[in-house]
Amino acid sequence: MRLVLPLVGVMLCSLPATAQQRLTVAAAADLQQVMPQIVSRFEKECACAVKVAFGSSGNFFAQIQNGAPFDAFFSADDEYPRKIADAGLAVRSSLYQYATGKIVLWVPKQSRVDLSKGLNVVAEPSVTKLAIANPAHAPYGRAAEAALRNAGLWQKVSSKLVLGENISQTASFAETGAADAAIIALSLAITPESKARGSYIEISHNLYPPLRQTCVVLNRSTQKELAGKFIDFLKTGNIRLLLQSYGFSTGDMQ
Amino acid sequence: MNWQAILLTVRLATTVCALLLVIALPLAYWISFFNRRWRFLVEAVIALPLVLPPTVLGYYMLVAFSPHSFLGRLADSLFSVRLAFSFPGLVLASVIYSLPFAVQPVANAFSAVDSRLLHAAAVLGASRWRCFRTIILPLSKAGILTGAVLTFAHTVGEFGVVLMVGGNIQGATQTISIAIYDDVQALNYASAARTSALLLLFSFVALAVVYALNRRSSILWSTARSA
Repeated sequence: MRLVLPLVGVMLCSLPATAQQRLTVAAAADLQQVMPQIVSRFEKECACAVKVAFGSSGNFFAQIQNGAPFDAFFSADDEYPRKIADAGLAVRSSLYQYATGKIVLWVPKQSRVDLSKGLNVVAEPSVTKLAIANPAHAPYGRAAEAALRNAGLWQKVSSKLVLGENISQTASFAETGAADAAIIALSLAITPESKARGSYIEISHNLYPPLRQTCVVLNRSTQKELAGKFIDFLKTGNIRLLLQSYGFSTGDMQ
Repeated sequence: MNWQAILLTVRLATTVCALLLVIALPLAYWISFFNRRWRFLVEAVIALPLVLPPTVLGYYMLVAFSPHSFLGRLADSLFSVRLAFSFPGLVLASVIYSLPFAVQPVANAFSAVDSRLLHAAAVLGASRWRCFRTIILPLSKAGILTGAVLTFAHTVGEFGVVLMVGGNIQGATQTISIAIYDDVQALNYASAARTSALLLLFSFVALAVVYALNRRSSILWSTARSA
C-alpha cells in the first residue's frame, strides 16, 4: 500500500501533461447518431479529444444561460443559438447553420398502424399513444406540433400525446413499443438499427417551419480557436455528405 | 403554481400510499414472524428500489409496459388498461419504487413487539389473527404511520422513473417534480421557485411528523437512514 499510493499520485500528476486539447460540445439529441462519426473524423485531424453531451436544445439553452462549461453548442434550431449570442454568451460571428432537419412519422415493426395512409393515420384508433418531443424545449417537438396543427390533426391527437424529454427519448418511447407511433428526426429513423425495428414516412416539409440547425462557439470557452475549427470542419464537403447520408439537407447554407 | 400537477401528485401519492399499506402489512408480518430460510432474499428484493438507479427501474418499466410485452398484454386484457404513459402505470411504478419505504418501518415495528406478550396471548388461546389485531397492530401504530408518511413523501418526490415512463402528460402523468423540471428548462424560474419552496416545506413537515411519531422508539433510525 505504501508503495502503491505514491505511484497512483505520480500517475495522476502526469496525466495533464500528456492530455491533448479537449473540447466539450453540447449537441441536440437528433445528432446522437451522426455526431460521434463527425467527432471521430475530427479527432484524427486535430489530435484533440471532443466530448459530446446530447440533450434537448432548450435544456442546453437553459444550462448555457446558467454558465454550463461547453465550448460549442449545436442546436436543432437557429433561435436558441441566436438568443445566446444576443445575451452576449456566444461568439456571434461563429453562428453557422450546419444542416436543415426533417421530421418523420415512425412506427415499430409489430405495429398495426398503416403508414400508407400518411400522417392522418395518427388520428385513427390504431394509434392510442403518439410520442413527440416536448415542444416547450425541443425544436423537433415544435416542428411536430406545427405539422400536426397544419394538417388539422392537433385537436384529434391532443389526448394521445406523450412528450419525450428530447427527440431521442421520443424515439425510444416508440422503439420500445410503449407508444404506438412517434414523430422523430429523420436522422434517427434513417439508421440501419432503427430501420430494423420499424418503418417511417417523411412528413411533408410544407407542414412545418424548417429546422435550421445552427451551431455557435460559446464565449465562456477557453478553446475558442479549436471550437471554431470544429465548426469549420462541418463546412467541409465530406462532412456535408455525411450529414446528408443521415437525412439532413445541407444545401444553400450561409 | 401548477395546481393540476400538484393535485395529480397528491392523487398519485394517496393511491400509492393506500395500496402499499395493504401490501406492506402482510409482507412485514411475514418478514417479522416467520423465520424462514430464504427471508433474507425477500428482504433484499424489497430493498432493491433503495439502491437501484431510477433509470434501471424506468428502463424495465418502459419495456414491460409496452403493449407487446407480457405485463402490457395482461393489463390490457384483464382491466383494459394501457400502462405506458398512464396514471395506472405511474401507480404501479410508484408502488414498486416506494415498497421499501412502506415495508421496512412496519416490519421494524412488528419485530419490536415484545414476544412475551404474543406468547402469553397464544397460551390464553388467542388466534394469530386476534394477536395481530389486538396486540401487534396497536403497538405498531407509530411504525405504520411512519411507513405511510414516508411512502407518501417519497412518491411525491419521485422524479427519474416518472420522467422515463410518464410521458409528461398534463393531468395524467405530469407530476410536480416534472413540472418543476419543465419550468427550469423553460427558464420559468419564478414558477419553479414557488413550486420548489412548496415541496421543500412539504418534505420538512413530512419528516418532522415521522420524527415526532418516533420520538420514543428506535424504529426511526433504520427508516430514516433508508429515506
